[in-house]
Amino acid sequence: MNTQSGDEFAELALPLFDSLYNFACWLSRDRAEAEDLVQETYAKALRGFASFARGTNFRAWIFRIMRNTFLNSRTGLAARTVTLDDDQAGEVELAQATEETPESLYFEQSNQEAIREAVEDLPVAFRETLLLADVEEMSYREIAETLGIPEGTVMSRLARARKLLRTALQGKVVRT
Amino acid sequence: MACELYWGGSKQLELAAFVDNELTGDARRELEAHVAACSSCAAEVQNLLRLKNSVRRAAAQRYTPSTEFRRRITERALPRRRERRWAMVWAPSLAAVAIVLLAVVWVLQRQPGSSLTATRSELVDLHVAELASANPVDVISTDQHTVKPWFEGKLPFAVNLPDLAKAEFTLLGGRVVYLHQSPGAALLFQYRKHRLSAYVFQENTKWNIGGAPGKVEHQDSFWVETWSAGGLRYFVVGDTSAENVDQLAGLMRSASEVE
Repeated sequence: MNTQSGDEFAELALPLFDSLYNFACWLSRDRAEAEDLVQETYAKALRGFASFARGTNFRAWIFRIMRNTFLNSRTGLAARTVTLDDDQAGEVELAQATEETPESLYFEQSNQEAIREAVEDLPVAFRETLLLADVEEMSYREIAETLGIPEGTVMSRLARARKLLRTALQGKVVRT
Repeated sequence: MACELYWGGSKQLELAAFVDNELTGDARRELEAHVAACSSCAAEVQNLLRLKNSVRRAAAQRYTPSTEFRRRITERALPRRRERRWAMVWAPSLAAVAIVLLAVVWVLQRQPGSSLTATRSELVDLHVAELASANPVDVISTDQHTVKPWFEGKLPFAVNLPDLAKAEFTLLGGRVVYLHQSPGAALLFQYRKHRLSAYVFQENTKWNIGGAPGKVEHQDSFWVETWSAGGLRYFVVGDTSAENVDQLAGLMRSASEVE
């Protein structure tokens, strides 16, 4: 790699360091593993930088590398065995909160810990989609690009993720 | 309570798309109108928004890298590092050299003649920016009788367009550009697979263009021809060939002479 493309790489990749690390922690749920994941992602991205098409979405590209690296890791392989039936678009069971549910209660700041736990408990396919949408604030197209799935699947996974989250949060309130 | 259309209805996913800022145009307007009238959908939008914000608050920057790890990545894993440390040591002296160089360049710039190259490379920049732009022209037309009136009121002079009936060039359109803060007309032409630009500005003696009028000169791998006529300054820029640029310049010249 010559100095110029090295500079270009650093310029694009460095500002994403904090986001990548946060995403890695959320994926692996383990800080040591997240560090390995970030390091490996940067190494792979740097090696493959020549194949990155200039002018296209670098963020989606490098998040995709991280996410594929994770899926091939031990934790990732284990997480993948959780079966998903989310891809039959249209057959998604949609969130139907009852009208009595005072949802606002669960979403207050004081419940951050509950929300974190609920997000952590989501199957990885839902967790990653939700985080890319709500934390990284990626568009559906960027998420589709990052995860290598159609936009319709992005939408149904988001719907499922949010439904699971709401159910889990309601359960928590009932328990306490 | 479910609503037949959105919440629990066929367009349920649009509520989330709305909250995720993915709904545009008519679909967005329709949903907004519906939400204004339907309380259960309004509540659902509220809930989705609240959930989205809660997830962001709870999950964004939840985990921050340790200083040690940050250093390991930024210093070893990324290629920038060596230059950075090098830059910290040398930056002050480099800055001093840069200031001297700037002063030299500034003095040279003030010499007559050199602003010719400066103006030309600015023109080439304008041309390159146009080629790179997704909207290279603001008025799209191959018809000179559409493009000419479009400039009226936008520029303090009239732009005469060449008659291309017998020429190999096609007019693609035009836009207003600025050179040294003066407004001018940019005209984009097509020649086979290539695009060439012609620019017309009010003549400004301060630009100190000088050089050889009507002669094609090479500038940053582009061909540039410039001349002055009737109080206006013309430029033609292209990368095809000197002859080609000269042809288009000839057509522009004859157009300005006709009227």
